Amino acid sequence: MSPRAAWRLEALGFSEVYDYKEGKLDWLAAGLATEGSNATRPRVGDLARKDAPVCSLDERLGVVADRVRAAGWNACVVVNDERIVLGLLRQKDFDADRRRAIEEVMQPGPSTFRPHVGAAEMAAFMVEHDLESSPITSSDGRLIGMLRRDDAVAAAHKEHEGHENG
Amino acid sequence: MKEIRRDEVKRLVDAGAQLVEVLPKNEYEEDHLPGAIHLSLRKIETDARTALDPSRPVIVYCWDGA
Repeated sequence: MSPRAAWRLEALGFSEVYDYKEGKLDWLAAGLATEGSNATRPRVGDLARKDAPVCSLDERLGVVADRVRAAGWNACVVVNDERIVLGLLRQKDFDADRRRAIEEVMQPGPSTFRPHVGAAEMAAFMVEHDLESSPITSSDGRLIGMLRRDDAVAAAHKEHEGHENG
Repeated sequence: MKEIRRDEVKRLVDAGAQLVEVLPKNEYEEDHLPGAIHLSLRKIETDARTALDPSRPVIVYCWDGA
């Protein structure tokens, strides 16, 4: 649709016309600000905990498990130096031999979610799929943070109450 | 007409480019890029000249490249 509009504008005499081909989806997926009625609704990119624990492929499970538990989490995102998500450790993965490398015990290629997804939508998904936490990433796969289900559900309830009272 | 990516969008907008969303109006009202105006594809020929400054660059976008 946008290329046609761009060509029409050129035909109308606009001399410098560009087509942002990847469009609004790309903008939202990058977690960038928008305007409009949805702009004030809670989104998972705002709710994701930026201080969630991360680890690298070559660390040992025991060291990571201690760090994760000390931080009050039961999951850990495996990232590279660019914070690109490579894998995920969930609670059951911490039961493996503590001497094993993260690369051997992680779940590779975990499901990740984009920051523009609404809190209510995400809360429903996490409840339905029994997910305690989910990684939130930008469109290039970079970790933004970890969303806790409790945070998503609380935000969804707050938004619902706001609608009822407003 | 030239295709551009997100970083170039930001740079051009900072330099004074105008953003135009051509999705349906209800989608624009829910979410649009900061400062973007809405133009319907069907009305672009009648509305563009009044809504846009022809001396400044124009960036058009819809939902995605599909």
